[in-house]
Amino acid sequence: MKTMQTKSQQFSSILTLRGLDRKYSQWSNALNNFTESDVKGALSSQPGVYRPEKLMVLVSPAARGHLEQMAQLAHQLTVQRFGKTIKLYVPLYLSNYCSSSCRYCGFNVDNKIERKRLTIEEALEQADIIANEGFRDILLVSSEDRNYITVEYLCELSKQLRKKFSCVSIEVYQMTAAEYSELFAAGIEGVTLYQETYDRDVYKYYHPAGLKTDYGQRLNVADDMAAAGMREIGLGALLGLADWRVETLALGEHAHYLMKRYWQSHISISFPRIRPASHVDGQQFEHLLSDKDMVQMMLALRLCFADVGLVLSTREPASLRDNMVSLGITRMSAGSKTSPGGYCKTEHALEQFDVNDSRSASQIAEMLRERGLDAVWKDWDCGFIDNK
Amino acid sequence: MDNLVIAGREFNSRLLVGTGKFASSKVMADAIEACGSEIVTVALRRVDIENENDDMLLAIDRDKYLLLPNTSGARDADEAVRLAKLARAASSINWLKLEVTPDPYYLLPDPVETLKAAEALVKDDFIVLPYINADPVLAKRLEDAGTATVMPLASPIGSNQGMRTRAAIEIIIEQANVPVVVDAGLGLPSHAAEAMEIGADAVLVNTAIATAADPCAMARAFKLCVKAGRTAYNSGPAVAQRKATASSPLTGFLRDE
Repeated sequence: MKTMQTKSQQFSSILTLRGLDRKYSQWSNALNNFTESDVKGALSSQPGVYRPEKLMVLVSPAARGHLEQMAQLAHQLTVQRFGKTIKLYVPLYLSNYCSSSCRYCGFNVDNKIERKRLTIEEALEQADIIANEGFRDILLVSSEDRNYITVEYLCELSKQLRKKFSCVSIEVYQMTAAEYSELFAAGIEGVTLYQETYDRDVYKYYHPAGLKTDYGQRLNVADDMAAAGMREIGLGALLGLADWRVETLALGEHAHYLMKRYWQSHISISFPRIRPASHVDGQQFEHLLSDKDMVQMMLALRLCFADVGLVLSTREPASLRDNMVSLGITRMSAGSKTSPGGYCKTEHALEQFDVNDSRSASQIAEMLRERGLDAVWKDWDCGFIDNK
Repeated sequence: MDNLVIAGREFNSRLLVGTGKFASSKVMADAIEACGSEIVTVALRRVDIENENDDMLLAIDRDKYLLLPNTSGARDADEAVRLAKLARAASSINWLKLEVTPDPYYLLPDPVETLKAAEALVKDDFIVLPYINADPVLAKRLEDAGTATVMPLASPIGSNQGMRTRAAIEIIIEQANVPVVVDAGLGLPSHAAEAMEIGADAVLVNTAIATAADPCAMARAFKLCVKAGRTAYNSGPAVAQRKATASSPLTGFLRDE
């Protein structure tokens, strides 16, 4: 049944109407019914154009035998739209103090780990180190440490960072529209916030307490970012919590919804795949993704969205990252340390996840060169910002 | 001589090139050389204009090429003007390719903000080359505002679709008193030839060259087609008709009475 969306409808209600917020197993079963001829049809349609049915076909098991053709199409499309380039960014971890109790996370409030948070001065010291490596695109990362990593803290840090970095974005806890507006005014132009999972019931299980418990509220936060003027909005599901095929369908709907409604914000999608976290015991994840799964997911999204950014972090091992740069990826991190203060020290006791690609930024740039790709360090300019 | 003249400056080549999407600065420099272009546009977002050692800027010989900064990524007039002024202060270049592209997907130019920015920049002594949709009235408004050219798109940028806006570009060419540079969407050398044949003063190409398997060879092909198209335009092309007309008339034997 085709339902017309109205402008006032929130994404949470649209997802519910589409039935994509629960009962993933029914969706998984439905995806098994696609055939070879469905896949051929989807692959002969205009590459880069979104249709919900097309995304369903491309993530289905039937498309599994067509990954090479999907990869060729995705590669051509990405080169046409983004050129022979990959943007490089670097994360700066500010704090791993956390008030949330997400069951999958090493920074979980209940975990007795060594905690660390950076003062603004310490953060700037770290930033100097990474600026010297050539980075101009910095992502500030923090766990749910609202009392210390405040909006004021981020605004002040951003103002200082703008002297050295052409692009400052954040991946912290969810905020309000007013807070995003304040951050935007201080020069923060991109926000990444993962829904973690689009399955309502799974979400509830993994977020038993703290400020993240409200599924619907989190689902509608991207609207607030866009309304605040954010140029880059990063979406993602923590891959491994639920069936990736259905998560991809929900992600597609989310991206499409935001693109239609907030035509001036660019959407990007990340692929945070669950890796073992040092401090979480006995975790059993039913839905872990193989490399092939992740590649299929990425290709399916590219073939439905010609222009969304596709982002790959150093969670993934070097060999896999090297091979994925030609499959539609547009932005990747390099030389990352995932513990606060990690750029000065050699210890790794506090990492959120284990970095699987520990090569330096210049080594990554060299790898890209060998593959006929130019590493882009700067793709924004402080001149756009009103520095009054 | 049949030179291109923009804002009083003469150019032998009628092919302008962009610098995005290349696999390296070296490939970019070689391709620019191969296409014989004299005007090279760079996105201010992409380069560090204050830095003499910027990789991309170093690859462009400023004695040989006019470096034409562009404001791609600006969402409104204020952003474009601010960026232009900072760039001029840092580089002392007062030529500017004005791009106001609030939509991050098709990068289509905002006509309202482009006109607003053009008016402000012309007043501030910039030589303004505005990127616009193929809108004849907007082209006239910009010309009235004092821009040095108008640069209508052939089809959405990077789309390689060719002269989809041909009918509107023909009107712009007919009415313009400033050079018309067809910008964006030219995917093949034959598309560039088509633009030149109908009387465009120049074309600007980037994606089609940068993303070709052999960018230098493609750059040469564009160079040849731009020349061919211009020569054809100057030769007074024959008019296309629906019916065939014999090249040896059947009534040629009849004498004048």
